[in-house]
Amino acid sequence: MNALRSLVLKPWIWSFVATVIVWLITIMFTGGASAAGLSQAAFTFAAFSVIVGIGQMFVITLGPGNIDLSVPAMITLSGTVTLKLMGVDNALILPGLAIAIGLGVAVGIGNYAFIKLLRIPPIIATLSMSFIVQSMAIWTNRGIRIKPPALLADFTTSTLWGVPNVALVAFVLSVIAWVLLQKTVYGRWISAIGQSIPAARMAGIPVDGVRFATYVLCAVLASICGYMLASFSGGAALNMGSEYLLMSIAVVVIGGTAVAGGDSNVPGIWGASLFLFLVVSMLNTYGLGAGIRLVMTGVIIIAVIMVASGRKRGRA
Amino acid sequence: MKINLSTDSVRLLIPALSLIVLLCAVFYLQPRAMSYTGLNLLFNLAVPITLATIAQMLIMTVNDLDLSMGAFVSFVACVAATFLPTAPLIGTIILLAAIAAYAVLGVVIHVRQLPSIVVTLGMSFVWGGLAVLILPSPGGQAPVWARWIMTSKPPLMPMAIVASIIIAVITHFIVMRSSFGVLIRGVGGNTRSVERAGWSIISARAGAYALAASFAVLAGIALVGLTTSADANIALRYTLLSIAGVILGGGEFVGGRVSPIGAVIGALTLTLAGSFLSFLRISPDWQIGAQGAILIVVLALRLFLNRLEKREKGR
Repeated sequence: MNALRSLVLKPWIWSFVATVIVWLITIMFTGGASAAGLSQAAFTFAAFSVIVGIGQMFVITLGPGNIDLSVPAMITLSGTVTLKLMGVDNALILPGLAIAIGLGVAVGIGNYAFIKLLRIPPIIATLSMSFIVQSMAIWTNRGIRIKPPALLADFTTSTLWGVPNVALVAFVLSVIAWVLLQKTVYGRWISAIGQSIPAARMAGIPVDGVRFATYVLCAVLASICGYMLASFSGGAALNMGSEYLLMSIAVVVIGGTAVAGGDSNVPGIWGASLFLFLVVSMLNTYGLGAGIRLVMTGVIIIAVIMVASGRKRGRA
Repeated sequence: MKINLSTDSVRLLIPALSLIVLLCAVFYLQPRAMSYTGLNLLFNLAVPITLATIAQMLIMTVNDLDLSMGAFVSFVACVAATFLPTAPLIGTIILLAAIAAYAVLGVVIHVRQLPSIVVTLGMSFVWGGLAVLILPSPGGQAPVWARWIMTSKPPLMPMAIVASIIIAVITHFIVMRSSFGVLIRGVGGNTRSVERAGWSIISARAGAYALAASFAVLAGIALVGLTTSADANIALRYTLLSIAGVILGGGEFVGGRVSPIGAVIGALTLTLAGSFLSFLRISPDWQIGAQGAILIVVLALRLFLNRLEKREKGR
């Protein structure tokens, strides 16, 4: 009984409840015919949102005003650059991944350099950065669609015991993120900074170093996501990152991470990512037009946030 | 020497300075722009951006952020291009309902203590969907009066500049001089103290949101007046443009520190940055990147001048 109550009090439980409900409704509508297919698709697409969302969550946990808007441009840049450099050569898969991580580190450093040196709010700093990064992506892409190496394409599109490989990668990354946040000094520092920067400073926490590392981490995760997304979809496109701007923020907040910072939540990101994908596919199954689908998505997002936030207030 | 400058005017000095520098650069590159027609062309698209920036500024005054601004302006543009010319009554009712929806949004955000970023994020889907429902494919036509206003040619100064000045003056009086303006800035500065002083925070927030929506509605109509047709994605970039405009103009994300005149100047600077880049003949690949670079340069300038000011004070 006690275990159940503590489960109900977890902020992330609501995104999973909503996910299960939407999943059941969709399955009922299709008569159970596509249960396995739908679940697999949901885990595949949710995996990408999870990877980006974790990075965004670390940044949002840093406190009010911290947000990374350069995520979509980062995804696009890493997708285009790595595919171009790898050509279709299987031998270059790992160097490609290293380059993706390198790009992420570079953009992350740039982001924090703007925030720190120019003292501009992160939202504007990362926005300006995203313009520059997007330009670099346009410049490298030139509208040519290069296929990913066959081995990598196979890996990202196939499954292991019925679980999509990308979901496994995302799972490993989220476990690492969870350990990082909950069990390491770095994670405690992030939460402390999110709760109060002056207090964190007085406690002797290297505030700048932690914020710097967090922005770099976010950019690296976005970059890895771009690398995998481009391989999964058989080539990079200049708009491939665009939907992940809203997505990365939405999954973090719906997943129960405090927008005011200082309180993060890894499991919730999975719930929210699955939920958002399933909502869209549920509306698709009903065969609704694009307009109604968009309106419904918005209404459902707001409804879930209202329910979830209501809970949180009760606790406080 | 500059002892009498208040902090507020220093805040205004920097955006104004960057606008002038950019304008000089444009004139240097293209001397023919230094004319009535040239200025008109340069600032043509500034009016809707300015109005949207003011709308965003009003939301930022109460410490919120509207990520649905672009979607909302697109939605208004779609209504303005379909209902307003053919069925003005229905069109007006829809737009009034949209303004009311914003007021409700303000109330909901306040009562449930929701993060405005997320709620407006959700609303951006709603507005986008409604826009697609109203106008599935690009088209429509501008209301005659909107077209007439946007293409009118007042003496001495082009329409866009006259309009910007009028917008700046009106919003300056609303936000900086009226009691309502003081109230909403107070909400941004210290909600609790305003509440204890006996004001209703709910109605202040609702008012700020409704006023913001009204300016966004004007932005949508002005945009259709210029483009003569609409499409559901016509103004999506306004979300980020409007936020950048407010910040360029010396506004802050929290604390109710905003400047209407600064916001107008910020919006004009952003519009001009686009023209400046095309005069520079930068390859289209780098246009967006250069826009980001300009944003950074202006903000670096602001930091530099702020430091200078602090040093003067330190003496």
